[in-house]
Amino acid sequence: MSHIWMMIAQRLALGLVTLLVVSLIIFLGTELLPGDFAQEILGQAATPETVAALREQLGLNDPMHIRYVGWLTDVLRGDLGESLANGQSVADLIGRRLGNTLSLALYAAAIAVPLSLSLGILAALFRNSFFDRVANASALTSISFPEFFVAYILIFWLAGAGGPFPSMANFRGDPSLGDFLYRTFLPALTLTLVVTAHMMRMTRAAIINLLASPYIEMARLKGMKPMRVIIRHALPNALAPIINVVALNLAYLITGVVVVEVVFVYPGLGQLMVDSVSARDMPVVQGISLVFAAAFVLLNLTADVLATLSNPRLIHRR
Amino acid sequence: MGFIIGLVWFVVVIAIAMAAGLLFRFLMVQICPKGIAKEMRTAPMTASFGMLMILIYIIVAVFAPLIAPFSETEIVGREYDAWNNVNLLGTDNLGRDMLSRLIYAARNTVGIAFIITALAFFLGSILGLLAAIVGGWVDQALSRTVDVLMAIPSLIFAMLLLTIFGTSVVSMIIVIALIDSTRVFRLARSVAMNIVVMDYVEAAKLRGEGLWRLITREILPNAMAPLVAEFGLRFCFVFLMISALSFLGLGMQPPTADWGSMVKDNATLITFGDITPLLPAGAIALLTVSVNFVVDWQLHRASGLKEQ
Amino acid sequence: MNSLTGSRGPSRRTVLQGSAAIGTAALITPWGTPLRAEPVRGGTLRVGMAHGSTTDSMDPGTWDSGFSILQAHTSNNYLSEIAADGSLIPELAESWEASADATTWTFTLRSGVQYHSGHVMTAEDVIASINHHRGEDSTSAAAPIVADITDITADGMNVIFTLSAGNADFPFVMSDYHLPIVPAQADGSIDAAGTDGCGPYAIEEVESGVGSRLVRHDGYWKPNSAWFDAVELIVIHDNAARQNALVSGEVDYIDTADLNTVHLLERAPGIEILSVTGTQHYGLPMDTRAAPFDDINVRMALKFSIDRQQLVDTILNGHGTLGNDHPIGPGQRFFNTELEQREYDPDRAQFHLREAGLESLDVDIHLADAAFAGAMDTGVLFAESAAASGININVVREPNDGYWSNVWMQEPFVGTYWSGRPTADWMFSTAYTDGAPWNETYWSHERFNMLVTSARSELDEDLRREQYFEMQQIVSDEGGTIIPMFAAYVGAHSDTLARPEQIATNWRNDGQRIAERWWFAT
Repeated sequence: MSHIWMMIAQRLALGLVTLLVVSLIIFLGTELLPGDFAQEILGQAATPETVAALREQLGLNDPMHIRYVGWLTDVLRGDLGESLANGQSVADLIGRRLGNTLSLALYAAAIAVPLSLSLGILAALFRNSFFDRVANASALTSISFPEFFVAYILIFWLAGAGGPFPSMANFRGDPSLGDFLYRTFLPALTLTLVVTAHMMRMTRAAIINLLASPYIEMARLKGMKPMRVIIRHALPNALAPIINVVALNLAYLITGVVVVEVVFVYPGLGQLMVDSVSARDMPVVQGISLVFAAAFVLLNLTADVLATLSNPRLIHRR
Repeated sequence: MGFIIGLVWFVVVIAIAMAAGLLFRFLMVQICPKGIAKEMRTAPMTASFGMLMILIYIIVAVFAPLIAPFSETEIVGREYDAWNNVNLLGTDNLGRDMLSRLIYAARNTVGIAFIITALAFFLGSILGLLAAIVGGWVDQALSRTVDVLMAIPSLIFAMLLLTIFGTSVVSMIIVIALIDSTRVFRLARSVAMNIVVMDYVEAAKLRGEGLWRLITREILPNAMAPLVAEFGLRFCFVFLMISALSFLGLGMQPPTADWGSMVKDNATLITFGDITPLLPAGAIALLTVSVNFVVDWQLHRASGLKEQ
Repeated sequence: MNSLTGSRGPSRRTVLQGSAAIGTAALITPWGTPLRAEPVRGGTLRVGMAHGSTTDSMDPGTWDSGFSILQAHTSNNYLSEIAADGSLIPELAESWEASADATTWTFTLRSGVQYHSGHVMTAEDVIASINHHRGEDSTSAAAPIVADITDITADGMNVIFTLSAGNADFPFVMSDYHLPIVPAQADGSIDAAGTDGCGPYAIEEVESGVGSRLVRHDGYWKPNSAWFDAVELIVIHDNAARQNALVSGEVDYIDTADLNTVHLLERAPGIEILSVTGTQHYGLPMDTRAAPFDDINVRMALKFSIDRQQLVDTILNGHGTLGNDHPIGPGQRFFNTELEQREYDPDRAQFHLREAGLESLDVDIHLADAAFAGAMDTGVLFAESAAASGININVVREPNDGYWSNVWMQEPFVGTYWSGRPTADWMFSTAYTDGAPWNETYWSHERFNMLVTSARSELDEDLRREQYFEMQQIVSDEGGTIIPMFAAYVGAHSDTLARPEQIATNWRNDGQRIAERWWFAT
């Protein structure tokens, strides 16, 4: 087991390096975009004089590396800085919305992961049956539609005039759990439809891939029930690719939901990120990138640890 | 009542699709040379249907100018005309023929999506397998690079790259393929990791087999199934990526028609119960389902399961 | 449909003789022109806003989004106000007077005006509020419009502005949305992060990019206005989501309706469309220094090869009027009524092409939907209609992101939009005179520049009209911008909301004064 702890420690250290590199790439990428904060925030109204004055005031005239190192030093001291646009603390801005983003992701994952795993297992069990085909075809159809389109269809059916659900997921103050689940049901359902097919198909594929293995044949010859064969013998060995895809989709639920946020008027991190990129509000862009990257690194690490644990041969790799 | 009518239609459509699939399989078995005919006979109905559809898409894409009743860009009527005898599927928001644009879009979208997916798989799976086999610092270097690239939300990353490098079709293909290949890499690596520790790979290594041979002969055949399954989905995600990019004003250059942007341009109509945007979305969905039906069949064969 | 196209021009008197306008104001009751029913107090107005960003701030110098501008007019007052009929009336100023050469302006302030915080407005507040945008190191977007002010002094409740050159339209400038009157701090500056103001509603809470809530200001000085108890502004970027929120009753009013589907929204029960054509126009500027656009015949050929009617019908879904290649709207004071409307005419386009010594013409136009809603489609339609006269227009799609800094005024042929300016002088000197910061066509016309300067300080109304007519003629025939259409501001509201008979055309949302002028029907 100490091998695992070594690996976790090593990967966490590497994760920090990843964060550093990500922040550097985002910084350089945003710098390379045409226009800077002063131009973008003054927009069509920018005259050379006011742009120059604003740059001077915000210290945007300093060379790139000085600004990056300055930002990095602050972050290492635990200070994410302030938004260039409205002077609010970046930690506050992110903090308020991170909770929203995480709760929606959790809500969607709580529906999507059990649903897709069980559908995948059932599809593998009843492979090539009518059930398998229909489950596959409908899951595939739902991911063939862009997510905003899925959202519109759900709104048309389930919200709008006479529908049981609200079309906007925004709320003021702290809602009760029931109220939250009710108001954010449509966005969570949209996200579920978007991520289910991927996980379900990978579960099905990974299990089917093992069904011809000799040890499965053996189990079957022993007279084990097909369901038991799959759950006890096939699934544990198919876990690695499944966990991987689940982690990937969880990361997507946290970092990639901007379109759903926009359609359902849900104040999450995605919209903040897009607004800040288009205004070149560097401290906010950098702060959110760090949060997204950290979420990704942690999920990835968890996936790799679980995958390793699921395969004893990987633990005792020669 | 509406529900029952819907159900009847659903059954009719399924039945027609099944019949078409069967007929297609029968024809293919007759036409094809022996080896392929034998393979074809094992194809389930869904796979036959999928192949038929893919064939139709290819024909439509190749012969678009001959099939389409109007040109891709010509304005033939007033905007949002209803379905009629001249414009079979009505007109779009500028008064261009919807059917013609759907047909031309097949050409533009399917071609590009295929190139992007193929490129992403070539890059991603080769590197992924390499990382798994060689291990050590090569694995670390590749994996951490991919980690970094994946840790940046893909839409933002694509926007950064496309704004910096320009929005030509070539740079779009490269950028999306690059982003997609990171996903393929992770999957390929994790699948291969489970294989390289198998005894037969160890044995092959001891035999002194070269790296290329190890990849193509020992690992790839056994890692094929999840990769093929992933291919079917990645193909579909490319359409969505192009559509999402057109949300940001990137993506295809107008007046080129592509399904993703056609869904995006007309999407708001659905909230008023107008089904126009379902046409391009349906075109994507049908192709995705078809491709994946074929993938399922191949998956089944690759698994070595003998049952039907 | 409820189309309220165009307005009567503002009454002539109000322009120079601000003090006289008080009398006028009393007659036409600007804060409630003839009403359909007696307004009643109460209710919370919920507004769905199309534009609002998480980067919005409280600093008046940075206001830019639709959200900021509506919130500004809901929580603040200005020295002058553009009334629903388009005339200029005093707001925080009681009256104003100009010196004979229009270089010195004296504004007499209303006394006893209370801020939300309870303070009473003083002349120092006015000076601080305007000075916020002035000076060498000003970072305000409004810096150019107050650049002409050389000095501001206070004399009791009088504030005296000294200008570097005569400007007959100066009181109009004081109604600009960047220039609210807010309390001065001890050091003579204003609190740029503060929310205090003396408008009809006080800001209770605000979160940039999400929304805000304002409650009625009990001490508000303006009689018969501000009927709602509270106002909620909710940012809803997505077109479909915004319209859905209105249809399902989650908001009462949306500031922007999607033009692609407005004909469907109109059929929804209990929904009324509000469509107002004012000064907002879309244009396709050409760099007049760059070949081939430096040839006036090429510009003319392009102007004749765009199908304006088709654009209004398709891109605006009928919600707008034809443009005539100059930026003055049909509702404006000095609109040239004698100028012939330019039509789609491939033959004349071909004629001008030949005059330029060309058989055919290939040009790139760089567009993004960031330029204006429907810009990409406009390019596609333009390319189709121009093909008839041998002009090949290649539409280049640019990213929305960075369009205004990377494409606009950088590429030789692009798209642009102007929400317009209340006066012809303001519009011309912002984007058409030589050396103006946003002269997007880099156009230089000696006679035109001379006319702008002379008309600005001209006091004789008829002479002024003559000069502005000629300016419009020159811009239309020789200028570098194709202006095919004036786009209406299209919003929608539920029929529980009552609105005055006359709706302002100078801007969206009843001149951004919806919270002050509208009420709930009983």
